[in-house]
Formats: sequence, structure tokens, C-alpha cells
Amino acid sequence: MRSSIHAENASRTAYLPSSNPGPWAYAQGDALSLVELVEISLTVNGTAHTLEVEPRTLLVDVLREKLRLTGTHVGCDTSQCGVCTVHVAGRPVKACAMLAVQADGEDIATIEGVAKDGVLHPMQAAFREHHALQCGFCTPGMIMTALALVERTKDAPLTDAIVRKELEGNFCRCTGYQPIVAAVLAGAKAMGSDA
Amino acid sequence: MHNFAYHRPETLSEAREIFAGAADPLFLAGGQTLIPTLKQRLRQPSDVIDLARIADLRGISIGKESITIGAMTCHADVTASADVRRLIPALGHLAGEVGDPAVRSCGTLGGALANSDPAADYPAAVLALGATIHTPDRTIADDFFTGLFETALAPGELIVKVSFPIPKRAAYQKFRNPASRYAVVGVCVAETASGIRVGVTGAGACAFRQAEMEAALSASFTPEAITGIAISEEDLNSDLHATAAYRAHLIGVMAARAVSAIA
Ligand SMILES: Cc1cc2nc3c(=O)[nH]c(=O)nc-3n(C[C@H](O)[C@H](O)[C@H](O)COP(=O)(O)OP(=O)(O)OC[C@H]3O[C@@H](n4cnc5c(N)ncnc54)[C@H](O)[C@@H]3O)c2cc1C
Ligand code: FES
Ligand code: FES
Repeated sequence: MRSSIHAENASRTAYLPSSNPGPWAYAQGDALSLVELVEISLTVNGTAHTLEVEPRTLLVDVLREKLRLTGTHVGCDTSQCGVCTVHVAGRPVKACAMLAVQADGEDIATIEGVAKDGVLHPMQAAFREHHALQCGFCTPGMIMTALALVERTKDAPLTDAIVRKELEGNFCRCTGYQPIVAAVLAGAKAMGSDA
Repeated sequence: MHNFAYHRPETLSEAREIFAGAADPLFLAGGQTLIPTLKQRLRQPSDVIDLARIADLRGISIGKESITIGAMTCHADVTASADVRRLIPALGHLAGEVGDPAVRSCGTLGGALANSDPAADYPAAVLALGATIHTPDRTIADDFFTGLFETALAPGELIVKVSFPIPKRAAYQKFRNPASRYAVVGVCVAETASGIRVGVTGAGACAFRQAEMEAALSASFTPEAITGIAISEEDLNSDLHATAAYRAHLIGVMAARAVSAIA
């Protein structure tokens, strides 16, 4: 178990330079008290997992480093860019701003679970059709946010303005957003929403 | 982020007990402020007490004269509540303007108030609607916000719920920082049973009421009644987003927009 913590921390330092690189987890305080690992259960894309994590481990790190679901990206690591968006209990959440222990017992959906049997989801197909990605770094977060917004707004006609407001927490540095908005509207339509 | 011991109590008394017994504890609500704060090591608690499993802190209940919202109710649930939208549409609108959808899935009413961020939205509504903040042992009506990130809460004192009296009419208008979505200035104007109240956020160290506007609007509830009021820039915030003078001007503009929306 210890060696795996070490491995996790070592790999985290690659993009989380502020995280404690040491292998041992100490609480702050004068005594060198070893913080206990916490056992959590997550259902990710329908598969149940039981894992031991440090309390400070972020959900995004569990997804990427422990479950190797690297489709969920880390961009800003400061809650701004939305590339780490996943669904927790059906709602969009920035996985860089949630502790893994907070997600204990929850159902989590990531980009890896969106296509079924090798067939792109209508929202993914719309992104491809509308050239809504260039480098693709923001795309997993965009798709997860888009799927949540279609679900949340399904009782009213979806408009360009609603899509733009709902995507406020997702940054794209390539496309200029126009094709993304078009893709979300088209994807929502293909999903049978009232767009 | 430094490590800490994690607790997830299921009752209020359990949460308070853990707090009392820990060296340097912190409550965790939606984590939308706290987790970034921990990442930056601005806080290094020994113990983090997650309030998510305490059923008493959740939910929206409708009374005859007020709506009571549990501290752990997230912004998404407030803005989606048909009851809130019907009885205090300004509050439903405000909750839907906080951050972005992912922030609204997690961020809570209690966390937003306890944090007293100068640019947070809810404080303007708390002041304008004359809301009462309930802690386990007392209620706090006025003077909850005491300064920059400071409130009347004692260490370890939890917000349990907040009751918002249903106003005759109310509106919230916000000039958003386009990058962070926080309020550069936000103004909530309400006609309540106890008169006209104007709550301002984003402009000062913490949210405050604007007495001159309240008096002017009591005489005539029109945008024209307040357009002549010169707001002093003294004590207002100045930062890279806006000068104090600009914020002073925005208070008038946002207040007039709020009044226009419901006059
Ligand atoms: C990208 C981004 C954009 C945002 N934009 C906005 C915006 O436009 N407008 C706005 O108003 N806010 C905004 N926020 C803040 C957000 O609304 C959260 O509500 C706020 O950060 C705090 O709520 P929380 O539930 O996440 O609390 P936490 O982060 O968990 O806690 C914050 C503090 O409050 C304390 N606390 C929490 N609950 C209680 C309680 N019940 N009793 C006593 N103390 C408690 C905690 O100990 C901690 O010190 C934004 C946040 C992000 C990340
Ligand atoms: S990496 Fe999570 S919001 Fe940017
Ligand atoms: S496609 Fe490159 S960041 Fe959006």
C-alpha cells in the first residue's frame, strides 16, 4: 500500500507541483501523526470500485491515476477551466475541486462511459460533425457539461443563449466557441431534446 | 494540499463534538472555496468535517411568510426550486447567476454566507430580504456580515438554515466579472413588510445596506428616485477589475436596473 501512495504522489508532482511529494502522509500539528487512509466506494461508468485514498486526494486524481481514466483532464487545477468536469450523482462537478472522499458511495460518469459499444454518443458525433474541437483538450469537459445541460433544460426549448450561459465554466483555447455552441444545439436535437 | 483527518458526521451534535475535540478543524460544505484554499495551503486544518451527510442541514421548506433553506442546499437546487421561483423569484434568479453549473452543483448557501466573500451574491439578498440566519443555539438577523471574509459566527458555530421572509417584490442585478462570474457589484432591492431594503455586494469589504437609496425608494419606487444619489467611493474596493469610483457608479446603475425590473 505504501509503495502505491509513493507512486501516486510521485506522478502527481508532474502537474501538481504544490502537492506534498513525500511518501508519508502527516497531518499538520506538532506530533507526527500518520493520517489514515480512507476506504471509499465509487461506481464509475457503471463499474464498482473500492479504493483506499488519502483524505486530501482529489477525485480527478483517483480517476486519472488510480483508475487510469485519463479522458478527464486537468487544465487549471484552480476550478476555472472545466476540463475536469465529470458527473457525480448526475450533476456536473469539477473533479479538481472535489475530494475523492466526498464522492464516496456516489455514481460517477466520465467521458469514457459516454460512447456505447464503440459508437459515438449523438453529442460526441455532433462535436465531430461541427468541428467543435481542434486540440481536443477541452472536449471531455465540454461534452460532460453539455450532457448535463441537455438533461437540466429538457423542459424548455434550448437556445443559443442558454447554451452559452451553461458553458460559462468551460474554457476552450482553440475554437472560439462558435462551433461548440452549434454542436451542443445539434447534439441536443439529436438526443431528442426540444432544441 | 497538506493532509488532514476526514470526518463525515451524520448529525449536528456529532459534528460539533468532533469540532470541539480537534486541534485545528474546519467544516467542509461544497468545497468550492475551501478546496482551492487548501490546495494553496492558505489553510492547513488538522481535521476536515464534511457536513454533506447531515440531513438536518438540507432542504427547502415553505412557510406562510418565509422560505427556509438548509445551509447545505446547493445553488442548483435553489435555482431549480419551483417554490423559490414562485415566491421569491429574485432569490431563484440570484442562485442561478452564481458561478457556473458545476459550481452550482456543489456550492452551498451556508458556505457562501459563512465565507462572506466580498464579491459573493447571496449576502446582498440576505440583507435586502431581511433574512434570519439560524445556528444551533441562536438566530442572527442583522449584522451577520462583519468584514472581509468575516461574519458574526463564533469559531465552530454552524449555519443550520436561513429563513428568507417572502417580500412583496424584489430583484437582484449583478455586474459580473466576465472571467470569475463573481459580482463586481450586485444590488438586491426588495419591498418587504418592514419597508424598502437595498443590499449591496461586491463593492465593499462585505455586503452592506444603502440607507439613502432605501429612503429615496420609500418615497418613490422608481429608478429616477435614485439616479441622482451620489455614492461615495470611500471604503469601496479597488482592484484590477474596477476602481472604487467605478464600483460606486455601478451601485447606482445596478440598483436602478433592479428597481426597473419590478417597479
Ligand atoms: C469558479 C467559481 C466561481 C464562483 N462564482 C461565484 C459567484 O459568481 N458568486 C458567488 O456568490 N460565489 C461564487 N463562487 C463561490 C461558490 O458560490 C460557493 O458557494 C462558495 O465558494 C462557498 O460555498 P461552499 O459550499 O463551496 O463552501 P466551502 O468552500 O465548503 O466552505 C467555505 C467556508 O465556509 C465554511 N462553512 C461552510 N458551510 C458552513 C456552515 N453551514 N456553517 C458554518 N461554516 C460553514 C467552511 O468552513 C469554509 O470556511 C464561485 C466559486 C468558484 C470555484
Ligand atoms: S482543471 Fe478543474 S476546473 Fe480546470
Ligand atoms: S479544442 Fe483546444 S482547447 Fe478546446
